[in-house]
Amino acid sequence: MKTAFALAFVLLAWPAAAAEAQPGPSIYEAPPPPAPDNPIDQQVRERLSTLGIPPTLCSDAVFIRRVSLDLLGKLPTAAEARAFITDPDTANKRRRLIDRWLQREEFADYWAMKWGDLLRIKAEFPVNLWPNAAQAYHRWVRAALARNQPYDQFARELLTASGSNFRVGPVNFYRALPNRTPEGIAAGAALIFMGTRTDAWPESQLAGLAACFSQVGYKPTREWKEEIVFWDPLKDIPEATNGLAVLPPPPRSNAPPRTAVFPDGTRAPLSAERDPREVFADWLTAPGNPWFARNIANRVWAWLLGRGLIHEPDDLRPDNPPSNPALLAYLEKELVASHYDLKHLFRIILNSQTYQSSSLPRGDVALAEANQGCYVLRRLEAEVLIDAINQITGTSDLYTSAIPEPFTYIPSDQPAVALADGSITSPFLALFGRSARATGMENERINKMLPPQWLHLLNSSHIQRKLEQGPGLRALGAPPRQPRVIATNLYLAILSRFPSPDELKVLENYIRSARLKSEPRREHLVDIAWALINSPEFIYRH
Amino acid sequence: MSRQPSPPRPPAPAAPLGLSLHLPLSRRQALRLSLFSTAGLLVSPRHLFGAAAPAPAAASAAAGPAVRKAKSIIQIFLWGGMSHNDTWDPKPDAGYDYNGPMKTFLPTNVPGITLSEWFPRLAKQADKFALIRSMTHRNNGHETAAYLMQTAHAPGGRLAYPSVGAVFAYLRSEDYQGLIPPYVVLTQPQGRFSEEGFLGPRFKPFATGGDPNASRFEVEGVVARGISDDRQKNRRDLLEQLNTLGRAAAANPLMAASEEAKQNAYGLILGEGRAVFDLGREKPELRDLYGRHTFGQDCLAARRLVEAGVPYIVINYPGGWDTHKDHFQTMNRQCPQLDQGLAALLQDLHQRGLLDSTLVWCSGEFGRTPKIDWQPPWNGGRNHYGNVFTVLVAGGGFKGGQVVGASTAKAEEVQDRPVYPADLLGSIYHLGGLDPNAKLPHPMGLDAFVLPSAAEGVKSAGLLTEIM
Repeated sequence: MKTAFALAFVLLAWPAAAAEAQPGPSIYEAPPPPAPDNPIDQQVRERLSTLGIPPTLCSDAVFIRRVSLDLLGKLPTAAEARAFITDPDTANKRRRLIDRWLQREEFADYWAMKWGDLLRIKAEFPVNLWPNAAQAYHRWVRAALARNQPYDQFARELLTASGSNFRVGPVNFYRALPNRTPEGIAAGAALIFMGTRTDAWPESQLAGLAACFSQVGYKPTREWKEEIVFWDPLKDIPEATNGLAVLPPPPRSNAPPRTAVFPDGTRAPLSAERDPREVFADWLTAPGNPWFARNIANRVWAWLLGRGLIHEPDDLRPDNPPSNPALLAYLEKELVASHYDLKHLFRIILNSQTYQSSSLPRGDVALAEANQGCYVLRRLEAEVLIDAINQITGTSDLYTSAIPEPFTYIPSDQPAVALADGSITSPFLALFGRSARATGMENERINKMLPPQWLHLLNSSHIQRKLEQGPGLRALGAPPRQPRVIATNLYLAILSRFPSPDELKVLENYIRSARLKSEPRREHLVDIAWALINSPEFIYRH
Repeated sequence: MSRQPSPPRPPAPAAPLGLSLHLPLSRRQALRLSLFSTAGLLVSPRHLFGAAAPAPAAASAAAGPAVRKAKSIIQIFLWGGMSHNDTWDPKPDAGYDYNGPMKTFLPTNVPGITLSEWFPRLAKQADKFALIRSMTHRNNGHETAAYLMQTAHAPGGRLAYPSVGAVFAYLRSEDYQGLIPPYVVLTQPQGRFSEEGFLGPRFKPFATGGDPNASRFEVEGVVARGISDDRQKNRRDLLEQLNTLGRAAAANPLMAASEEAKQNAYGLILGEGRAVFDLGREKPELRDLYGRHTFGQDCLAARRLVEAGVPYIVINYPGGWDTHKDHFQTMNRQCPQLDQGLAALLQDLHQRGLLDSTLVWCSGEFGRTPKIDWQPPWNGGRNHYGNVFTVLVAGGGFKGGQVVGASTAKAEEVQDRPVYPADLLGSIYHLGGLDPNAKLPHPMGLDAFVLPSAAEGVKSAGLLTEIM
C-alpha cells in the first residue's frame, strides 16, 4: 500500500479515545483511496471513471466483519473486532488479517459448505448419496480445501477417482448427480467445472462430451449402501449407459464414436488403454482451456464480491460476456501462473481496493454492482446467520436428519456451517433458504427476507429464548457496568464496530425511558440485542 | 390398449387410474356413475387417462376448467391412524374380538348411517358430511402412508412431492395475498415427511405452535410470550432508530424489498393479522360449543382462518391416534373431543354460510386393524391398517348425508367402490378449482405434475363424482 494511503488511515484511526465513539459518516467508510497500485483496481478504476462512479473504501470495522464472513463464514468476536479497529498499524493490518484468516480452520469449514452446495453433498433427496458417502465426500472436500490443494488437481481427482463411495470421497462426484447417463454426467461436469449450462447446447455437442463418461461403471458390494465407481472398459461407447438404462443406438451413425469431441471442437481419440474420464480431465485442465480457469476465477470473484464478472457465475456462454474482460483475463492468468493456488487468488482479490470498496455506492446501485463499483449487499446464508446468532448469545441449535444415520453423531455445539451432509438440518436452516443441494446451481440458495423470515427473527420463541437465556448476552450485561460500556460491548459483539455518539444517545434514552418499570436491566439488554440482530447491518453482508 | 371405451365408463384398461370395469356395482351406483363419469373423465389428469383416450368434444366444452367451489380447505389430520371400525364404520355384529367393549351404536340424522357411541354430536350433523368407507392404499408405514395420503404419489420415488397443502399454496399464490401465510398448520408440524417437497421452503407450512385453548394463543412469530404490546412497539421504535445501515442504504432495492417484508410481518405482529388468531374475540358460548380443549379450539381457529381467506389449513390432531397400546382408554378420551370440535365446526360453518365454500376433510394416514390384538404387549390394542379405512369429507362442493363405498362385514377389506389417494386428492383439487394436470416447478426441470402418472403404478377408481 502506498504511503499516502496509509497516512490517511493513520489520521482516521489515530486517537484511541475517539475510536470508542467514531463519528457518524465514517462508520462504514474510510476516505477514498488514492490511485491504485495493482492490476485489479487499475482495471476497475478505468471502467468506473468512464461511468462516473467515484471509488469508495470501507472502514476498518466493515472490513474485519466482511472478511471474516467471506473467508470464515462467521462473525469476528468482539475482541477480534476491537483489536483490529484499534490496531494503529493501518498500513499493513488489512493485509495481515487476510493472511491470518486464510490459515484458520474455519476457512475449510465454510468453503466446504459452499462446495457442498455445488457438489450436492446430501444423503438423500433428490439423489440417494447415503449418509456414510456424504460424510466421506465432505471429509475429502474439506481436507482438500484445508491444505489448499491446487484447483486443477482438485478437479482431476473428482473427475477420475475410482473406488468405494464410503472410502474414496471424490468418487461420489459421479453418484451425486440426478442423472447417471453419460449425458447427465457430462452436464454435471460442465456445470461445475466449466460454469456452463448444457441445456442450451446442441445435442451433438453434449454427445461429444458424453463420450468421455460412457464407461463409468457402478456396482454394489456386500456392504449395505456401498457402491463402487469404476472405469468399465467393456462398456460400449456410447450404446450402453450405466446398466440401469440402455439408450437406443445413436440415430446418425452406425458405428459408435471412438472419439470425444470437446465443446471447443477439439477431438480426442478414446482408446481401450485409457479411462476416457482422464482424457476429459486432460483437456479440461490444459493451459488455455477456455472454460476451466475462467470459470473458477469468475466464481471466486462472485463469491467474494457478491456478483460475478460474468453473471450468473454458472452461466458462461458466448452471448453472456464478462462486464470487465481484461480483469477476468488477469485473474485467470494469475491463477494459472500460481499453479491454480486458490488462496493466492483469494489473497489478491481481498487485498484489492475493489473488494474493500463500500457497499453504499454513489448513484445507481445496479450500475455500480454490475461494474465492480461496490461490494454487493447480500443476506447472510442460513448457516452463517444462525451461527452468528449462536455465537453472540452463547447458545446452540439441534441438527437432525430424517435419514437414519446410526453412525453420525452431531455434537450440541456443532456450527451449522460445518455440517457435512445437506440432509442434516433444522427448521431454521430450512426457513432461511439453505441450499436444497439438488441442482448444483449457485442460485439454489434463497437468501431472501420475506415475511416468514422476518417473523422468525423479530418474534419467534426460538430467537427470543436465545436472547433471554443465552449465557453470551448475560455475560455482556453483567453488572456493575455502565450503560455505555454495555452498549459498546453489544455493538462489538453483534455489529463488529463501536457505536456512534448518536446511537449511544438513543440507547441511553431507551434505557432511561424504560427504567420506569421494575427489573429494568435484563429486559433492556435483551431489547437492544434484539434490535441489533434485527437490523440489516447484522442480517446482511455489507 | 382399448381405444373404444363403451360409454358411460371411461377407458379403464388403457388407464390404470380409470374406473375399474371389474367392480361389483350396485344399480344405484352404476346410475350415479353414468351421470358423472363424463365429468370425472374430464377432470382426471390427462396423463392418467392417456392421450389415447378420446374425450367427447361436446362434453369437453361443457365441463371446461374446474370451478372453484372450495375457497378454503381444512384438513384434519388424524395422524398415527384412527381406528375406522371404532368410529365411523362401526360393525355392530362383528363380535367382541372386533368391537371390544363397544356396545352402543348411534343412528344419525340420516337414515342408514350409523356411528359408534363416541360421536353423538356428529350424529346430529350427518346431513352435512359424507363418509368414504372404502378408502384404501394397503400401506402400513406411517411415513409412506402419510406421503401417499397427502401427495397421492407413490412413496420411494425419485422426487419428493409436495403435500396437497403446499400445492394449494403454490397454485394459489397469485390470487391469495393475505398477511397470513397460505398454508397454516395448527399447531405442531407433523414432520412425517417434508411437506413442501421439491417446491422448496417458500411452501413449507406455517406452523402456529402455541395452544389455542390457552389464555393467550402464542402463535410462533406472531404472538410472543412475555412481550407486551408496549414493549413490542418500543422495540420496533428502537430498531428504527438504530437502523443506521438501513437508512444509509435506503436507495438499494434489496433494502426496500426487505423493509416491505418487515412491514408485512408487523402487520401480523401488531396489526390486523394477529387478530385472526385471537380467539378471545369469540363469544364464550361458542368457544364452549367447540369444546374447551386444544382440538376444539383448533377447529375454531381454523374457522377464523377460513374467514380470513387462508386457502389451506391443517389441524394435526393433538397427540395423534397411534393406539397400539391403551387403545380403548385413548379412544374414550379423544373421540368425544374429536366429536365435539368437528361437529361444532360443521355446524358453525353451515350457520355462517361458509360450508359451501369450505371443504373439510378428516382422515388418518391409515386405519387400524379391525381385529383387536389382545396379546401382550398390546393388551387390547390395534395396529396399522391400510387395507380399508374411513375418511370424512364435508362442504366445499361435497354432498352431505352420503356414504361412499363399503367395507366387508368386519371392516377388513373393501367391499364396494375402492377409493384410492389419487381419487380423494383428485376430487379435492377439482373442487378447489385446481388443475390436477398442472405442472409443478421442479428444481431440476424434470416433469412433475400435481397428480401421479399411470407410470408410477398408482391406482385409481375415479374421482368422487357420486358425492359432488
